[in-house]
Amino acid sequence: MGAMTAVTLNVNGERFSRELDNRTTLLDLLREHAHLSGVKKGCDHGQCGACTVLLDGRRVNSCLLLAVAMDGTEITTIEGLSDGTTLHPLQRAFVDHDAFQCGFCTPGQICSAVGAIAEARAGWPSAVTAHDAPPGPVELTVPEVRERMSGNLCRCGAYVNIVSAVREVAR
Amino acid sequence: MTTTKPLLGAPTARLEAREKVTGTARYATDYPTDRTAYAWPVPATVVRGEITAIDATAALADPAVLAVLSHQNAPRLRETDDPFVTVLQSPRINHRGQYVALAVATSLEAARAAAEAIRVTYRCEPHDVVLTPDHPGLYKPDEVGVGMPADREHGDFDTTYANARVRIDVVYETPALHNHPMEPHSATALWDGDELTVYDSNQDSSGVQQALARLFGLAADKVHVVNEHVGGGFGSKGSARAPVVLAAMAARTVRRPVKLALPRNQLAATIGYRAPTIQRIRVGADAEGHIHALAHELVTQTATVGEFVEFAAVPTRTMYHAPHSRTTHRVTRLDVPAPSWMRAPGECPGMFALESAMDELALACGLDPVELRLRNEPTVEPDTGLPYSSRHLVECLREGARRFGWHDRDARIATSREGRFLIGSGVAASTYPAFVMPSHAEAHAAADGGYEVRVSASDIGTGARTVLAQIAAEALGVPLDSVRVRVGSSDLPPASVAGGSSGTASWGWPVHKACTELRRRLAECGHAVPEQGITVAADIAEELDDREDFARHAFGAQFAEVQVDPVTGETRVRRLLGVFAAGRILNPRTARSQFIGGMTMGLGMALLEGSTMDREFGDYAERDLASYHVPACADVPEIDVHWIDEEDPHLNPMGSKGIGEIGIVGTAAAIANAVHHATGVRLRALPIHPDALLTRLADQLGLA
Ligand code: FES
Ligand code: FES
Repeated sequence: MGAMTAVTLNVNGERFSRELDNRTTLLDLLREHAHLSGVKKGCDHGQCGACTVLLDGRRVNSCLLLAVAMDGTEITTIEGLSDGTTLHPLQRAFVDHDAFQCGFCTPGQICSAVGAIAEARAGWPSAVTAHDAPPGPVELTVPEVRERMSGNLCRCGAYVNIVSAVREVAR
Repeated sequence: MTTTKPLLGAPTARLEAREKVTGTARYATDYPTDRTAYAWPVPATVVRGEITAIDATAALADPAVLAVLSHQNAPRLRETDDPFVTVLQSPRINHRGQYVALAVATSLEAARAAAEAIRVTYRCEPHDVVLTPDHPGLYKPDEVGVGMPADREHGDFDTTYANARVRIDVVYETPALHNHPMEPHSATALWDGDELTVYDSNQDSSGVQQALARLFGLAADKVHVVNEHVGGGFGSKGSARAPVVLAAMAARTVRRPVKLALPRNQLAATIGYRAPTIQRIRVGADAEGHIHALAHELVTQTATVGEFVEFAAVPTRTMYHAPHSRTTHRVTRLDVPAPSWMRAPGECPGMFALESAMDELALACGLDPVELRLRNEPTVEPDTGLPYSSRHLVECLREGARRFGWHDRDARIATSREGRFLIGSGVAASTYPAFVMPSHAEAHAAADGGYEVRVSASDIGTGARTVLAQIAAEALGVPLDSVRVRVGSSDLPPASVAGGSSGTASWGWPVHKACTELRRRLAECGHAVPEQGITVAADIAEELDDREDFARHAFGAQFAEVQVDPVTGETRVRRLLGVFAAGRILNPRTARSQFIGGMTMGLGMALLEGSTMDREFGDYAERDLASYHVPACADVPEIDVHWIDEEDPHLNPMGSKGIGEIGIVGTAAAIANAVHHATGVRLRALPIHPDALLTRLADQLGLA
């Protein structure tokens, strides 16, 4: 039995407290302990983005974070993006643009897109942002979206539609 | 009761879209269970030999560990020759990565640590894992694919080829390719006495039900396989794989529900892959580009257990008029993991070779590559002499060329530049057979006016659920939202695999038949539906027996524009365009996504994907998503997809051909041909990586 530590965090607006094996990742906390199975495990190695959630508003690969280090944080998963009736604009756009097929990468793509749009609004440059771009929000052009969404793999090959869905919401 | 707009051909949004974007769609390990145990498999660390000892003492020291299974204590399975499900039954090791043990614990963390703590000792034997064109073990298989002959010969290839004015003799190579669906192969298994329920990630709930019933010696109705949502498969989930068998064994042993999701880096060795191919193509033509002699000779590998032959010479039997032809398959048994289906098995690597050779032939004849293909259009299928049920390759090529602006390009090799980039364009044809397989379905009219359609179809992201609702509603003559479609469970009327691009035809046909009959009965009784409703069952065995002989295939044309950086050797695709003739397109929205998805995977095959066999260690070196590169968002350009309206009365009541696979067929050739046009370098081995291209470019541009 691994050593245990008590963790308390806020998940989708609700307090979540549990004594956890120190080896537990944030991803496994969410899936196996909080029963939020919308967050997906595609690789467990930070290579696919399927496990993307928002940590204090920023997108992270939850498989790369240890749950015990998350004490006091605020996590938003795909389940927390909509209130249950009205879809989040990105969820709506993914439906409208048919931006998925099997849907397995989709929760991660959508959480990642929420993060990416916020990053661009906050003026964070990407590898394709012009070096002499003025400070301030970065316009999410097609190359910007492609670059910023490249941490989320989609084996069904829905990228073309993902890019148009994200662009629609970013506008 | 009637709808005004036809539902077939409407761009209906996926019925499960909301579940998928809100995270409520349940995949194989998403079902809540009580007292869940977790299993973690242990792969062999030798290539060939025998297990001499297994020491699980350290693993079992953790009270969280419930069991360690191996061939010494695992439940006995009925014998089968299927290498994918024969797990933990014998000490023999046939390939590295084969499962030798399974740790089961009350937590995922404990199971993983236990798996690492199990000590396995082996007696090793020398191994042979490398495919060579003249491997001494090469043999002619009895058949390839499903019942196709390994070899076909027409006329006198050797003499005609020897006397041909223009001759092409080239060898193409494709590497091992891995399916890597985003959802790794996974299962949750629960026993209730002698009854087994599994939530499993597969493309065929009926098939997996049959397999589990056989393996565990159960009646089929004691096995329930649920695959409501499946995170992709691309062939690798076409039949039962190890996780569902291991989870069922573990659940039986520890008497708890067991979840097992394969670690990503174990997939390359255990779930199948596209075997590497070496393909020699010889074409003999006259100066006008008419093909007189055509040979496609394939060499590939299979494992020492089971046999799967990547039947890449098969599309050459269908594509072009060639009076003297030879197509052969030779395969050798190596100490490698078992290869299996991957999106468009056969056609995908085979058409890379054939369509690249067509490009070489066009250049040799001084002809435009589109024109060359038009000149070799057959009137009947060359191999069988059968008429085509429909064939509109010519229209696809013409329409694609027009939309792409093909004829405006500078056809000269390595002359177009933009800044430092070399620019080129290429074309290739696509083809894929229109299969249909026996399936059953039920249509039910409820007393409250609602309808339910039941078929154990698998929606692996194709949009099957949606298109079946469209087919049902149209056949019933009712609005779409009055029809509920139930798929994704082996408890439903048995149906075929989501594979071979056959789903819509195979499931849609009995759905159409059941609904048509139900509509007739409802009319008969004046829509007075009794309380228990009216149910009509249908299967299509008779219709399939009565089908006339036709060559049934979808066709397409793909155009690519690339830029090559002569400094780094990097190729980037700037545009992809595909035009397809695949019968009637039943849902343009999901169809477009499937074509694009196939072409995206084809782009990966051209430029990124491939794994290398480690001669010493006997496994594929690129086993995770950081080393095996599938296309990422930034790799994929705008992809433009169109189709020809194709009326084909010889297919099925919907008039559709499958579309799940044809998109990947031809893409790699179109891109490789574009790279040649851009640079003058012909790379005949995929993928086109910067290192390979750079070396040849230096020679080509005189920079060496
Ligand atoms: S599961 Fe975390 S990045 Fe793949
Ligand atoms: S939708 Fe299937 S992996 Fe993205």
